[in-house]
Amino acid sequence: MLVGDLQTTLTPEELEYGRRHLGREPNALEWAMIDAEWSEHCSYKSSKTILTQLPTTGKRVLLGPGFDSGVVDIGDGYVLSLHIESHNHPSAIEPYGGAATGIGGVVRDILCMGNTPIALLDSLRFGDITKSDHSKWIMKHVIRGIADYGNCIGVPTVAGEVEFDECFEANCLVDVACLGVGRKDELLLAQATHPGDSVYLIGGSTGRDGIHGSTFASRTLTADSESDRSAVQIPDPFTKKLIMEATLESNNAGLLRGCKDLGGGGLATGLSEIADKGGTGLDIQLETIPIREADMTPIEILISESQERMLLVTKQGTEQVLHDIMRKYGVSFARIATVTSTGTISILNHGKLIASLPTSFLANAPIIQRNSRIPQLRKPTPPLKQPIDIHQTLLALLASPTITSKEWVYRQYDHEVGIRTVAKPGEADAAVMKLPNGKLAAIKVDGNSRLCNLDPYIGAASVLAECCRNVIAVGAEPIAFLDHCQFGDPNDEEIFWSFSTTVKALADFAKAASIPCVGGKVSFYNQDEVRRTAIKSSPVLSVLGLIEQPEHVTKIAFKDEDDSVISIGPTEAEMGGSEFNHLLGIGDGEVPRLDFELEIETQRSVLECIRKGLVTACHDCSKGGIGAGLARMAVAGNRGAKIDLRKSGRNLADHELLFSESNSRFLLTTNKPTELIQYLSTRGIPSADVGRVTSDALLVKMSSTDLVWSVDALRDAYCNSLQRILEPWQK
Amino acid sequence: MHIDAELIWHNDFTSPTFDAAIIPGGFSFGDHLRAGIIAAASPATEIVRKLADDGKPVLGICNGFQILIEAGLLPGALLRNSSLKFVCKWMNLQIKNNDSAFTCKFERASTARMPIAHNEGRFFAEEEVLNRLEAEGKVVMTYAGENPTGTSRGITAISNKDGNVVGMMPHPERASDSSLGGTDGLKVFESMVEWARC
Repeated sequence: MLVGDLQTTLTPEELEYGRRHLGREPNALEWAMIDAEWSEHCSYKSSKTILTQLPTTGKRVLLGPGFDSGVVDIGDGYVLSLHIESHNHPSAIEPYGGAATGIGGVVRDILCMGNTPIALLDSLRFGDITKSDHSKWIMKHVIRGIADYGNCIGVPTVAGEVEFDECFEANCLVDVACLGVGRKDELLLAQATHPGDSVYLIGGSTGRDGIHGSTFASRTLTADSESDRSAVQIPDPFTKKLIMEATLESNNAGLLRGCKDLGGGGLATGLSEIADKGGTGLDIQLETIPIREADMTPIEILISESQERMLLVTKQGTEQVLHDIMRKYGVSFARIATVTSTGTISILNHGKLIASLPTSFLANAPIIQRNSRIPQLRKPTPPLKQPIDIHQTLLALLASPTITSKEWVYRQYDHEVGIRTVAKPGEADAAVMKLPNGKLAAIKVDGNSRLCNLDPYIGAASVLAECCRNVIAVGAEPIAFLDHCQFGDPNDEEIFWSFSTTVKALADFAKAASIPCVGGKVSFYNQDEVRRTAIKSSPVLSVLGLIEQPEHVTKIAFKDEDDSVISIGPTEAEMGGSEFNHLLGIGDGEVPRLDFELEIETQRSVLECIRKGLVTACHDCSKGGIGAGLARMAVAGNRGAKIDLRKSGRNLADHELLFSESNSRFLLTTNKPTELIQYLSTRGIPSADVGRVTSDALLVKMSSTDLVWSVDALRDAYCNSLQRILEPWQK
Repeated sequence: MHIDAELIWHNDFTSPTFDAAIIPGGFSFGDHLRAGIIAAASPATEIVRKLADDGKPVLGICNGFQILIEAGLLPGALLRNSSLKFVCKWMNLQIKNNDSAFTCKFERASTARMPIAHNEGRFFAEEEVLNRLEAEGKVVMTYAGENPTGTSRGITAISNKDGNVVGMMPHPERASDSSLGGTDGLKVFESMVEWARC
């Protein structure tokens, strides 16, 4: 809506609510601040009521959703913090800067808890790169943006996933998660609690980049979006590195009472949120804010999302020490506000009051109740009847962009800086990081938009289950998760139904598995008006696990010859949403069931087997089914296996046996098969000893054929495909 | 390793009262202008130069190697990788020369595994410089097998004439803990201690 000359994303109801609440017409600056803070991006006004279903408490949870990061207690006086962010709209129009500043943002979320960022993860969704040069361009620059930024700030990018689907052609999804570690007694909160404290703005100056970034992210992309490039911020990782060090040193010195990342909505949002959380007010001196261009208006200064800035709330009397630390690192700083007890955000320009809004009014947008409608059910396609070439199909699946090795991506990321990375990309189902208390953290991100599109409930719960399995497979107990819900326009009732259903599924599974949600993000409006398409529902989940003993760390590679290969969990004829169906151009089909009880009991039993020392390699069996799973274990270990899948029980067609993506399954190897299978059967977990690890090829016996793949052929399909697509000129 | 070591902020490095110095990897000054060139002109580098001139062991790892080259303490140049991409990977290395402050505990012609992680690690020098380095045994390490960056003659670590100043692209500190992938890098630091004691 237009208010005077000001373009806002506020609805007529919100304008009316604002006027009624204040009993006056706010001025243009005030409307601009309200607009930034009440944007969907910052306020969660459409999603808040739905998200309350998620379980957010647990014995380890110190801080859940609503803070810059979730924080969990890992004992011995240490905490881990984790957060996830997306930079979808910016990356769609300026992939390099968009992706890089996404990293910058999520790192600040960890930093402002007083924690040291120790790992980054990326979860990326692009269009079909086998068909679209535009998507190739987007992908290359997104990855270069993440690499250049993450590498320079010295935080390793240790795990991730990439999915490709035509629905992401104009709306790529760029999600980044960050894990931090710190001392429990040095934990900071994003709040200004003590009147008289000073608020410092440190880091870069405020410029015209990133103006309206969060309101830009709170609407759909149009043909004119290219002209919104000025809404994308400019990355400066070296300044970020200095800010990181300066902030952590200030916190170690005990100078800070609060710390706040300046992201979406800029100063308007950051300032109102620290005051709201602390139950205070702020007097902000506008002329003290360092600006890049002399003629910036007050509105531009307050809503600019220029990067590499932080707000520090310092204890009275510590100002001089703070100045010294900032000077040591060459970080610019300015004291821009004083904490007051007025409960009001006041902006003064050379002493003249130019805006004044109650803190709690500004920081809490009115909730929007949205309608939802169940979409028409799709008719499932009848199961595949014609014979297919199983041998070629496995190689084609291994080479398909979504399944194939992401080595081309992670080689560009410094995944070892910091010297903590125990399980590196490609070695295990989740990254494993050493922690200062002798324990280890396991972390992973997962998504599956095609499955979520067919059935948002099963899809979302399956993604959370899979992400937990990935963490279990490295020997960790899942202790917390993050959810990042990405959808189209929430005004579309069917899309809003998908969103609500997704959250319901996550809540149901999380409650059953007793795993708390400690944070997340909602990103709507991922749709473009040019092609009139919304993205498929794309919840991305990140699960954090804790490994108590270093010897529990388990990787995927076939290790020793003659180890037994055990298939755990039931394989069913449920091909809907599978990579196999996608390869054959089948858009639907019956989706895999998810028996919560069996899934959770299987996970706990596998973890117990790992802890008992019964497991030599472990791999979650998901995308590409048992076939792709065995191939990955063979390639990683440079060994083969002799497998008889007829032993895995049911009477399925060969392609179902090998490529079904049924839930609740693991592939593992053991040198104590009798003990392991006996233990699993006492817990009621279906398992089968299906073969042995060998020194050469992968040989699989199925109901109608026996097939052999050389490890070299599997490796070539699995390892070289992305490079062939993206850089066909490289040998 | 039971030696006294100190992490020093570059502006606080004002006196050469140390037995050895290591310039670690990273992105000094954000790699602005050219990797290592701004740090090479900083006052701290002059202290490093004094230590080097005194024959003390000086090691530059990754960005530290780039700084030593930009400071003129080592010859040649480090160019952008031929793939034009950052490469992070464990590599097989060959120890070409064990007569340096950082390789004296290795067997000559032995192999070691350490990771690399850089964008500009393609060592380049004129043919006669390369020939001289090889002839004088100042090539300290090369890649054994795969050459991931297109570096001249597989060179990934060199030393100065006296062998006390070494620059290397691989990260020995990342190969000093078996849970993180290997311990071959420890020998680089053990060599330094031995050399400093002689």
